[in-house]
Amino acid sequence: MATALRPDPTFYPNPRLAQKAPPETFAYVVAFDPNRAVPDRLAVVDVDPGSSTYGRIVFEAEATHTGDEFHHFGWNACSSHLCPNAPHPHVERRYLIVPGLRSSRIYVFDTKPEPKKPRLVHVVEPQEVAERAGYSRPHTVHCGPEGIYVSALGNAEGKGPGGVFLMDPETFAVLGRWEIDRGSQYFAYDFWWHLGHDTLVTSEWGTPDMFENGLIPELILGAKYGRRLHFFDLHKRRHLQEIDLGDKYQLVFELRPAHEPTKAYGFVNCVLSLEDLSSSIWLWRRENGKWAAHKVITIPAEPADPDLLPPVLKPFKAVPPLVTDIDLSVDDRFLYVSCWGTGQFLQYDVSDPMNPKLTGELRIGGIATRAPHPADPSRPLNGGPQMVEVSRDGRRIYFTNSLYGAVDPQFYPEGIEGWMVKVEADPEGGMRFDERFFVRWPAPHRPHQIRLEGGDASSDSYCYPS
Amino acid sequence: MSAELAPWLLVAGLGAFHGLNPAMGWLFAVALGLHRGSGRVVGWAMLPIALGHAASVLLTVALFLALGVVLELAIVQRAAGLVLLAWAFWVFRRGHPRRVRVGMTTGAAGLFLWSFTMASAHGAGLMLLPALIPICFADASNVLPHLAETTSRGLLVVLVHSGAMLLVTAAVSFLVYRVVGVAILRSAWINLDLVWALALALTGLWLVVA
Repeated sequence: MATALRPDPTFYPNPRLAQKAPPETFAYVVAFDPNRAVPDRLAVVDVDPGSSTYGRIVFEAEATHTGDEFHHFGWNACSSHLCPNAPHPHVERRYLIVPGLRSSRIYVFDTKPEPKKPRLVHVVEPQEVAERAGYSRPHTVHCGPEGIYVSALGNAEGKGPGGVFLMDPETFAVLGRWEIDRGSQYFAYDFWWHLGHDTLVTSEWGTPDMFENGLIPELILGAKYGRRLHFFDLHKRRHLQEIDLGDKYQLVFELRPAHEPTKAYGFVNCVLSLEDLSSSIWLWRRENGKWAAHKVITIPAEPADPDLLPPVLKPFKAVPPLVTDIDLSVDDRFLYVSCWGTGQFLQYDVSDPMNPKLTGELRIGGIATRAPHPADPSRPLNGGPQMVEVSRDGRRIYFTNSLYGAVDPQFYPEGIEGWMVKVEADPEGGMRFDERFFVRWPAPHRPHQIRLEGGDASSDSYCYPS
Repeated sequence: MSAELAPWLLVAGLGAFHGLNPAMGWLFAVALGLHRGSGRVVGWAMLPIALGHAASVLLTVALFLALGVVLELAIVQRAAGLVLLAWAFWVFRRGHPRRVRVGMTTGAAGLFLWSFTMASAHGAGLMLLPALIPICFADASNVLPHLAETTSRGLLVVLVHSGAMLLVTAAVSFLVYRVVGVAILRSAWINLDLVWALALALTGLWLVVA
């Protein structure tokens, strides 16, 4: 039993209260070694503007093995523990669950008693995940009503189907496969839910053999990668509905449901259109008792000199935007879009979710542009905006520049030099780089997902309407 | 206070204690009211919640009375005490429940089932046993001739307990829904599971030694 006397102070019943949370003073960032020669790391970055070490890595904890490929990660517990149907408010938000996407090993770091010095306290070996859940390649981590939910891209043999499994939020034991009936779902990638509508949503990438040695162009051109959304009953754990975005669309990635639990809609990015190399953002929403999806944003490819392009893109004479991550502010008003190919970082006002309005655009890195950061305008950068995280009050946005070890060199053949940046957002729209914040990541590691102190826009879900 | 009244006050007091616990239902009623934008939903939701609670308590009370009639009461009482101690330990040690079957789109049947499960898992009915003994087995040597009265008194215990639980559930949920709002959860939601485990353990101990 949780023995805390009061709820964890970082839990909020609704999104409106969460927006009033104190600003984060540090961030956790996972970083991996693309050469798989030294262990991956969990870094702590100082994001307190008043601190003397602002914008610097102040601590790093190491994995016990090499080649794990730290990628996404999450908390053992969060605001969903206040939910009335499964109340566990006295469990602490304390442990970071960090899966190795390549090794299937899951590391657990304790952020107490010293939050800026997380300690490795538990390791779940890949065999436990395989034996108890029948899965491998753990990806997204979310804290929810039945414990820690983790999506997995492969089955125990490293093939399909992928799915979701559960872990205990206090003992970290793998409890087993989550879905009782997966229906037509085969590929896995991201997942999240609508707590107010008892619905879990999943998206699709592919099986491990389709990405662990890089993307396979023939499979993309044949539309063989994932292109569907799946909707499950969150409590019955049964597949309810599939939405196929169509055979022109490949790689359906990050799911960002509205935080407000009464709103039955969310946004998902599709990385590539086979017609014109554009990326797109889709809105899923409840319509007449079913789920439906609409393309609401299209981001076109940009023509480019083939001499500037990697072999895979030369024939197209264009840079695809490669939208590989999006994030929705806690007030559900602004959607942030990372274009890893072109180097654009876009802000849309999605107050009217069917009609997003572009309200801000920045450029950094990019396959052809190599745009610099204002902190050092003469230095071209590679990689592009990728994993993005938004503070709970919506005022600060952070992102890093690496996608995935095996895919990075297909688009940035010279090797990505890691960095992390911070953007300040205007409450009414518009944004600018914080010139004081540019973390040049120490080689050989490359940074990936970011988690902010106390929670952020993609860590918590809420049961109570604002 | 008369010795006759004391156990009834305990039955009602425990009903109030159970009603006060957010995990027993008032919070679910509030959340459903907020979701569906209606204070009437808060009132509607607490009926199946109270019925589910009552059903769970009824089951425990019926089982105890049946055993008390058939077997030696002293033995049943001590056995029940041991069950309570074990239950207290389980409530204390239990981690996160493994299965959540009812969510925010649920109807009356789901709420009934949810409340029944929550009350049963928390051993809500077990806490009533010390009060049940003086009320139903005042003359333990002579139960059989008064079976009808024992039964009706047992039913009255369930009614009084559940009535008190419903009253407190109603009061707290309307207060939170109409006046203070769910922000109060952040500060006022003390760890009642700890108090609960302690209450079970003390009840168990009393049954064993009394």
